[in-house]
Amino acid sequence: MSLDQNKIAEDLAQALRAIESASDLDALKQVKIDYVGDKSALAKANQALATVDQSLRAQFGKLVGAARADVNQAFELRSSQLTALRDTQMLLTEKVDVTLPGRRTLKGGLHPLTILTNEINDLFIGLGYKVAEGPELEAEWLNFDALNIPADHPARTMQDTFFVEPLEAKLVLRTHTSPVQIRTMLNEKPPIYVICPGKTYRADELDATHTPVFHQVEGLVIDENITMGDLKGTLDFFAKSIFGDAVKTRLRPSFFPFTEPSAEVDVFFNGRWIEWGGCGMVNHKVLDACGVDTKKYSGFAFGMGLERTLMVKHGITDMHDIVEGDVRFSQSFGVGKK
Amino acid sequence: MKIPLSWLQEFVAIPAKINAVQISQAFIKVGFEVEGIEEQGADLKGPIVVGKVLSIEELSGHKKPIRFVCLDVGKKKTRYVICGARNFKVNDLVVVALPGAVLPGDFKISARETYGKVSDGMICSAKEIGISDEHAGIIVLQEGKVGQDAKALLDVSDVIFDIAVNPDRGYAMSVRGLARELAGSLQVKYVDPADPKVAKKFGKNKNPKAVSVKIEDKTGADQIYIRTLDHVNVKKNTPLWMQRRIEKCGMRSISLAVDITNYVMLELGQPLHAFDAQYIMGGLRVVRAGKFTKLTTLDKIDRKLDPDNLLIADSKTPLALAGTMGGLASEVTNETTKIALEAAHFDPLSIARNSRSHNLSSEASRRIERNTDPALAEIASARATQLLIDLADAKYVGTSQAGLPIKNRKVKISQSKISKYLGFPYTTKQVKNALVLIGCKVTGSTDLLTVEIPTWRPDLINFADFAEEIARLNGYDLIPATLPIGKDGARLNDMQYRKRAVATALANQGFTEVINYPFVSQEMVNLLGFTGDRAKSFKIANPMSEEFPLLRTHLLPGLLTTAVRNIGRGSKNLAIFEIGSIFRNTTALGKAVNPGVTNRPSEKVIKDIYEGVPKQMLFVGAVVTGETVLSDWQGLGNKFTWSDAIAKAQEIIESTGNDYEVISSDLAPWHPGRCAELRVNGKPVAHAGELHPRVITALNLPERSCAFAVILSELPAAGVSKAPAIWNFPPVVQDVALVVDAKVSAADLTTALKVGAGELLESIVLFDRYDQMADSKVSLAFTLTFRAADRTLTSDEVARYRDQAIAQAAKSVGAVLRGNA
Repeated sequence: MSLDQNKIAEDLAQALRAIESASDLDALKQVKIDYVGDKSALAKANQALATVDQSLRAQFGKLVGAARADVNQAFELRSSQLTALRDTQMLLTEKVDVTLPGRRTLKGGLHPLTILTNEINDLFIGLGYKVAEGPELEAEWLNFDALNIPADHPARTMQDTFFVEPLEAKLVLRTHTSPVQIRTMLNEKPPIYVICPGKTYRADELDATHTPVFHQVEGLVIDENITMGDLKGTLDFFAKSIFGDAVKTRLRPSFFPFTEPSAEVDVFFNGRWIEWGGCGMVNHKVLDACGVDTKKYSGFAFGMGLERTLMVKHGITDMHDIVEGDVRFSQSFGVGKK
Repeated sequence: MKIPLSWLQEFVAIPAKINAVQISQAFIKVGFEVEGIEEQGADLKGPIVVGKVLSIEELSGHKKPIRFVCLDVGKKKTRYVICGARNFKVNDLVVVALPGAVLPGDFKISARETYGKVSDGMICSAKEIGISDEHAGIIVLQEGKVGQDAKALLDVSDVIFDIAVNPDRGYAMSVRGLARELAGSLQVKYVDPADPKVAKKFGKNKNPKAVSVKIEDKTGADQIYIRTLDHVNVKKNTPLWMQRRIEKCGMRSISLAVDITNYVMLELGQPLHAFDAQYIMGGLRVVRAGKFTKLTTLDKIDRKLDPDNLLIADSKTPLALAGTMGGLASEVTNETTKIALEAAHFDPLSIARNSRSHNLSSEASRRIERNTDPALAEIASARATQLLIDLADAKYVGTSQAGLPIKNRKVKISQSKISKYLGFPYTTKQVKNALVLIGCKVTGSTDLLTVEIPTWRPDLINFADFAEEIARLNGYDLIPATLPIGKDGARLNDMQYRKRAVATALANQGFTEVINYPFVSQEMVNLLGFTGDRAKSFKIANPMSEEFPLLRTHLLPGLLTTAVRNIGRGSKNLAIFEIGSIFRNTTALGKAVNPGVTNRPSEKVIKDIYEGVPKQMLFVGAVVTGETVLSDWQGLGNKFTWSDAIAKAQEIIESTGNDYEVISSDLAPWHPGRCAELRVNGKPVAHAGELHPRVITALNLPERSCAFAVILSELPAAGVSKAPAIWNFPPVVQDVALVVDAKVSAADLTTALKVGAGELLESIVLFDRYDQMADSKVSLAFTLTFRAADRTLTSDEVARYRDQAIAQAAKSVGAVLRGNA
């Protein structure tokens, strides 16, 4: 058997024409079967090589091989052209409105008091303070006596403090986080640097600015050579971190049984002085009750209401928003610093 | 207390050019909060004069009786005005605002026609000219001249400061004390109104007609003066200047004798009491109530006496609740002619108890509770005696005194110690100056100064007390700000990290944190069906509301209440959580210990104090209702189910590095068939699932609402975790469907498969559950993934493991391969 040189050229030309004229990938698929696949004329010619005379086999082999390579090349080219064409069209038709809302999960958030507490804890950890916590239902001795608030002090009446039955157990809902300071001084040796955030209780009716259950953060430092200037510097740093660098602080003489000298700390924020908290040098009577060596150590303490801080900082005008647990309120704060 | 500028000016050389705001700042600087500044008379302008009522014509036929009054206002002219008040008569002197006058509130006075007459001015009440709230009638003057400027006569123009006095500064509840503070703050001249020379005029004598006095209870008082006066004309009017000062201080003018005692109290700070001496049997005594059980006080209240109450009694009966309020029986009345004037230095604590036990706080008790100057009893009573002589025509009879001599205390203070404490190197001049301003006498020029403490400053004891005075009078601003740095290695402790991590994770997963009051009603406890430890609540002795007297034993009562509130406000899909302490009255509490405060309690006592405080576990709890993946234009969202609640509780426990066991539970208030109890080391630490339908109905919550609670403080701290080996050979997956009895839990079946599959099992996931089978059977289908560290597993090997797993499942829970069932 022999192969016809002209027919090979014709088959090649025909295949190339078919490939060229395929208008889409489906058409090209059929073209592949007809002109490129095993049943195409050139494939058959290739199979027929075996029957060609030994003398002509190399010559025809070359010819058929070259033709098939041309067809394959043309096919690949066309295929990639048509694929690109199809993709372009597909991308056009698949265009969506990206402003459509995506699938959302329920929104969550931390209570802003938690966010503020976290912020304060981190701030003081950075200054080398530990975060100290203690029980909310507390021994009277720790909440009052040890803090130089004797039995007849007005703060210890039922008008101000929640007592728990049986009264002989002398348990109160702590009126400040100061008992945590006492526990710290009883449990640890100076130097002491602690920040005490937590829930506190006083028998006030809920109104726009008061709540019977509120939160405080107190700080206590006991070390050698601690001065009132250290207290001022610490409060200044604290205020700037919470209210911004523009804030000013001032100390005003005041009175607390557990500090001497005592002061109120005011912040100048949004154009006015606002009472922020109380502070002072820890009264020696308190240090004595805890067995701190006052010849060697001195200390300062301060305390702020977190609700009040939050109200000042975020312009919250009604305490109800902070205590009622309306999710819209907390959700607006997310999980903190944005 | 309220204090007028005019009174302060009598004793303080206030520079003329400083204004009310600057004066208030001067008070604030030394620690006296100014709660209000009232500028009386500032908005009062034009002619306001004294007029005399010449005639009164009653006009009828109007809604209320109206008077047409003819007045003499001087300048030989009469004037007619309309007046609605009726508390005056012909010849009375009244205050008349003439046309052209402007009263507070920009009320312009002009001649106008009203009630068919022309009213040519207005007769004023005290409120109308802004000097008090008195509006029941018009002012009827007891003194004054026709045509005189009434503003001057009534001393209207003044600035009244309302000053908060801290409890350690009793001396400052007076013109004397506040004037001293103001002078100290402004560094100007001060004259002490307490003049010992007055006292010398009325020395002790043994006139038998004078009422005698004894201090029988030495703990109640250490100084008392009784000055007796006779022929007192109590019916005379209190002079206008005195009345006005009393009113400006926020008190009322009552009667001459009482006004004099109040005036002296306001001026000097020493409470005084005037007894009608004719009702005193024998002499006066300072005693504890003891067997006396009843006393009717001036406010006409019959009081049941506490045996501990401190009293002034005569030989027979109690006459006054000492330092707090006088008795009705010996009250000074219009008939009184002989007065026994009492002034004492009482024990502050005794008077605080008097006041507290009768819920009776008076001007006197408020001062004595804060401690008064013991030297004042003598001086103040002499001052009042002089005023009674001058103003009430009284005749001095004599003075009795009891008590101890008053000594001035002396202490030594180290300037360097104080400077070191405050953080500023004060000069000797600054130290001395501050102490002199508060009334100390200071001697010495070395570091150690000798300070003689004035009698009115019992609060000055140790160096810190002096440090405060030196710091405040030199200004707290002087102290420089320094920032001390604490210890290395500060960090949150494990529980604090855990708390923060759990809260942040939940918030990031769509849960909103709430912080509830821990006050619970018995009704809620009953509704939720709490039993056992959760029924053992502490009761608050004095709750905010009788309805919520219990402390929470669990977070759910608060969370459910807040969920209901949110749903009531329109929330449809809600996931709220709280992290907080709970209180259970489950351990016997020992008797409270009070070791005193003079030094550190023993370790044993400290332990006892700690053990007297019940353990308060930290919980995280949540209530969820509705969808957590929200329905939208793409279709329905995902509703949060009992199974999601359990998964959340599991995730929380896993996040703490603990393994748990899941057990079916019927704990209230969960659905008894849809609640999981999670146990760590055999101990229940969490419950999760759907809420009981009864609770859902009672609270009107959406159907299928869910809840979980995990005891964060009961989860053991996990040790340091070991990093897992990450193997790179390909995993081989085998699916297996098993049929078991419906009573067999998925957890038990999973455990059996895990045990049987062996060590190369990397994960096991339940991907299908079919419960529509006969004979109460269910089919559970799992994907088992195997992987080896050192080779690619062959399917034959894995098939062997799979068969071992099935065999173990068959053995443990009777599982049968689906298709073979």
